[in-house]
Amino acid sequence: MPIESPVPAAGEEYPAGLSRRTFIAATAAAGGATASGLLAEPAEAAEAAENGRVSLTVNGARHATTVDNRTSLLDLLREHLGLTGSKKGCNAGACGACTVLVDGRRVVSCLTLAVRLNGADVTTVEGLADGDLLHPLQQAFIDQDALQCGFCTPGQIVSGVGCIREGHTGSREEIREWMSGNICRCGCYPKIVRAVEQAAGRK
Amino acid sequence: MSPQPQAAVGRPVSRVEGRLKVTGQAKYAADQTASGTAHAAVVDSSIARGRITGLDTAAAEACPGVLRVISHRNAPTLPYLPNRGSLNLPGERLHVFQDDRVLFHGQPVAVVVATTLEAAQHAASLVHVQYTAEPSATDLTSAPADEPTTYARGDAAAALASAAVRLDLTYRLSRMHHNPMEPHAIVTRWDGAELTVWDKTQWVQSTRDELAAVFGINPASVRVISPYVGGAFGNAARCWPHATIAALAAREAGRPVKLVLTRRQLYFGVGYRPAYEYRLSIGSDLQGRLTASVHDLRSETSRYETFAERGVLVPGRMLYTTPNVTQSHRTVPLDVNTPTPMRGPGYSTAAFPIESAVDELAHELGIDPIELRRRNEPENDQASGLPFSTRRLRECYTVGAREFGWNRRNPKPRTTRDGDWLIGMGVATAVYDTLRAPAQAHVRLDARGTAVVESATSDMGPGTYTSMSQVAADALGIDVPQVTFRLGDTTLPQAPVHGGSLTMASIGSTVQDGCDRVRQQAIALAVGDERSPLYGADPAAVVVYDGRLHVKGDPARGETYRQLLTRNDRTHLEATGSYTPAQSRASMHAYGAVFAEVAVDARLGMVRVRRMLGVYDAGRIISPKLADSQAIGGMVGGIGAALMEHTVTDHRDGRIVNANLAEYLVPVNADVPALKAIYLNGRDDQADPIGVKGLGEVVLVGVAPAVANAVFHATGRRVRHLPIAPEDLL
Ligand code: FES
Ligand code: FES
Repeated sequence: MPIESPVPAAGEEYPAGLSRRTFIAATAAAGGATASGLLAEPAEAAEAAENGRVSLTVNGARHATTVDNRTSLLDLLREHLGLTGSKKGCNAGACGACTVLVDGRRVVSCLTLAVRLNGADVTTVEGLADGDLLHPLQQAFIDQDALQCGFCTPGQIVSGVGCIREGHTGSREEIREWMSGNICRCGCYPKIVRAVEQAAGRK
Repeated sequence: MSPQPQAAVGRPVSRVEGRLKVTGQAKYAADQTASGTAHAAVVDSSIARGRITGLDTAAAEACPGVLRVISHRNAPTLPYLPNRGSLNLPGERLHVFQDDRVLFHGQPVAVVVATTLEAAQHAASLVHVQYTAEPSATDLTSAPADEPTTYARGDAAAALASAAVRLDLTYRLSRMHHNPMEPHAIVTRWDGAELTVWDKTQWVQSTRDELAAVFGINPASVRVISPYVGGAFGNAARCWPHATIAALAAREAGRPVKLVLTRRQLYFGVGYRPAYEYRLSIGSDLQGRLTASVHDLRSETSRYETFAERGVLVPGRMLYTTPNVTQSHRTVPLDVNTPTPMRGPGYSTAAFPIESAVDELAHELGIDPIELRRRNEPENDQASGLPFSTRRLRECYTVGAREFGWNRRNPKPRTTRDGDWLIGMGVATAVYDTLRAPAQAHVRLDARGTAVVESATSDMGPGTYTSMSQVAADALGIDVPQVTFRLGDTTLPQAPVHGGSLTMASIGSTVQDGCDRVRQQAIALAVGDERSPLYGADPAAVVVYDGRLHVKGDPARGETYRQLLTRNDRTHLEATGSYTPAQSRASMHAYGAVFAEVAVDARLGMVRVRRMLGVYDAGRIISPKLADSQAIGGMVGGIGAALMEHTVTDHRDGRIVNANLAEYLVPVNADVPALKAIYLNGRDDQADPIGVKGLGEVVLVGVAPAVANAVFHATGRRVRHLPIAPEDLL
C-alpha cells in the first residue's frame, strides 16, 4: 500500500538551513520513517544497496523493474515509464497534480515511494480511456470546459474518478469538499464540479 | 468587418486540444523525456546579501551519476550581450555563476547535473556553501525609495483642502506569486552551435533572444518550442536565469539537460507581483462628485533591475471624472529578486485602493456605491483627452445590479445575518487597457479544404488554439475541425508576448488577415476560371461557407475549395497575414462591474465568498465557452488575492517562510461558490479588426475590492490591506 512519507519524496524541498542529512536525522528522531541507507556517510551510501526490485501493474501493463529507492511513484511513471500524463506541481503532497489510483484508491504519487509498491495496481490518466472512447469524466471535462491550461487536469480527472467511486457526489458541496485536494490555479473549480456531477449522473 | 458569415465565432466551441489534455497526451516542457537527457538541480543561496566564501562540491561530485557541478568557481564567462527585447528591464539582469556576489535569498549559486533526477537532487543537497553575509533590506516599509514617476493635472492640493469631504487612506497590498500549477521547466539540447530548447514560456521569442544574447550566439541558432503551457499568468513572459543555467549545464555536460524548478524555487527563481504601500487622498462635494485625488505609491523591486507595474497609475487618471489629480510612484530597491507582471498588472493593484476608497466615500455620504460611480462617469478620457472607443460601464452596473439582486441590499453595514454569519454585498469596477501588437501568421489551405494556420504565439490556458481556429474557420468559410492552429515555436511567424490580453486582438487580427488573403486568392481563381460556376462574378459578392464558394444571395451558384483547387492543379493556397495596430485615436479599455456576496463568521472572523457575478464590456467575444472559463478563473484568482495570498519574508535573512503550496494559500474547490459571468453583446471596431478588447486581465481586476467592500458591508469593519485575514475582523 502507498506510504505517505513524512520526508519530501525525492530529496527536494528541504527547509532552509538543514542539510538533507540533518533533516532526515531530525525527522528520524521525531519518529518519521526513513529509507535505510540514507543516514550513512555519502561514501558508504554510494555502496549501500540503494536500489530495489519492484513489480507492479500500470494501466493494465505489468512492469518489473529496478528502481532507485529514492524514486517516487510519480518519477517512476514520468521519467522511467514515459507516462508523463501525471504532473508534478509541488512534489510535496499539496497540489494533487500527481494523483493516481493505487489499488483503486487515489494517492498523491509524489509522496509514494515506488519501491514500496510491489504487486500494486496503478491507474493513471493514460489508463482511463477505452481505446478511442474517453472515460465519461474525461468527456465531461471537455463538455463542461473544466480545464484551461490543462496542467492540473490529469490529477483532477483521476481524483474525480476516485471521488465518484467513493460515492462523494451527493451534492455540489460534497463534491467541492472531496475535490479540494486538487488545486487548479486557472480556477476551473465550478466547472470541475459540474463535470464530476455529469459523469456521476451517468453511472 | 469581414463579409464572411459568422458561423464559428461566437459559438460555444469546446477546447480543440481538450482531448489531448484530458488523456494526458499534451506535452508540457517537463514532459520531454528523450533518453540520454541529464537532470539538473539548482543549489540556491541561504543569505539575502553578501559573498560566497566557500563552496565545497566534493561530496556532490562523488555521488554516483553526477556529471558536473557548476558554480562561479568553474563556470565559463558568458557574454551576456545587451538584449533590449525579452522584456528585460532597466538595470542589468542577474548573471548566473559569474561571480561570488549574492543579491537575494534563493539566488542560484551552483547546479548539479546528473544522469538521474534522484542523483541530481541528492547531490545538490550535499553542496556545502559558506557565505559572508552583509546587512540586507527586504522590508518595503522601511527601505529608501528611488526617484518617483509623477503625474499631475489641476491643483489637487488646493482642491483637497477645499473639498466638502476628504478621505486620507493608506492601503497595503501583499506580494503575490503567480504559482501556476506547472513549475518552470526547460529542456536544452546543443547540436554543435545550435541550441534547441523546450521551454515553459509565454513567448518563445523572448527565450530565444535572451539565450542568444547571454551566450553570444545568433538568435537564428536557437530554436524554442513550447506547445503547451501549464498556466503562467505573466510569470513565463520573461526568460529567467534558470534557462541560462539549463543551457550552460547542457553545454558543459555535453548532453541534453532537463531542469524543473521546485515549487519552493518558484518563489524566488522567477518573478512575482510586488508588494505595495498605496496612500490615497480623495476629495468630493456633498453629492459624491470627486474633485481631487492624490496617489502616493511605493512598490518593491530588486537592486539589480527596476520593475514598476505598467498601468498602475492609469485608473487613477481616467476611471472617474476627477479634475485635480497628482500621482507619484516610487520603486523601492530591496535585496530580493525582480518582480514581474502578474495577471491584470497595475490595474488590479490600483483597483483595490481606488475602489475601496470610492466605497468608503459612498458610505460616508450615504450614497449607493453604484450611484456614486455613475455620478463620476467621465465623458472622455481625462488623462489623454481622447474619446472612449467604447465604454459601457454604466450598462455593466445596470445589468449586474439587476442580475445580482443589488436592490435587496440594506445599505447599512452589519445589518444582514444568517445565523452566526454576517452577510454583505460589495461591488467594484474593473478596467484594463486594450493592448495590441504587431504579429504575423501563415495560412495554408489545401485542396481537401483543410487549413493549417501558424503563429509563434502561445496558449497558457485562455484557449488560443481554439479561438484562433474559430477566427480562421469563419474567414476561410470552413468548419473549426478543418483548421489546425500551430503555435509555440520560433520557426513560426513572429508573434508578440502572450500576455496583457493582447493575443486575441493581435494574433486574431493577423489570422483573419491571412485567411482573408487566402480566401480572396481562391475567389480570384474562381471568378477568372471559365470552368467555374463563379466565372465572371463580382469577387466582392462571393462568400465562402462550409468550404463552398458561392455568390452571396445565390447559393446555387458556386463550388467547393476542393473542386476549384483540384481542377486548377493546385495542391494548396497560402498567404502570410499580418497585423500592425493603427495609431489609436481613442482611449481603449475593457470594463467590468464585479459583485460579491460574502458571509463572515461573527465570532471567528472567517470570510466565505457566497456568490459572485462579473459583467464585462470586453468587446466582441470570439469563444464564449472559453471566455466564461476565463472570467470564472479571474474571479477565483481575485478571491485568493482578497482572502489568502501573501508572502511571508523573514527580514533577518530574506527567506520566504511560506514558499510552498501548503502555507502560501490559494483557493481550492471548497473556497469557490457559484460564480457567474456575463459579457455584454457588442464589438469595438476601433480597437482592432476583429472588434475584441481583451479579457484575460480585466476579469481579475476589481475582484479583490468587491470582496473587501462586501466584507465591510457585512461587518462594518474596513480592512485596508490584502489579504483580509480572520484576525482583521475579530
Ligand atoms: S505533485 Fe504531488 S501533490 Fe503536488
Ligand atoms: S487548468 Fe490550469 S491549473 Fe487547472
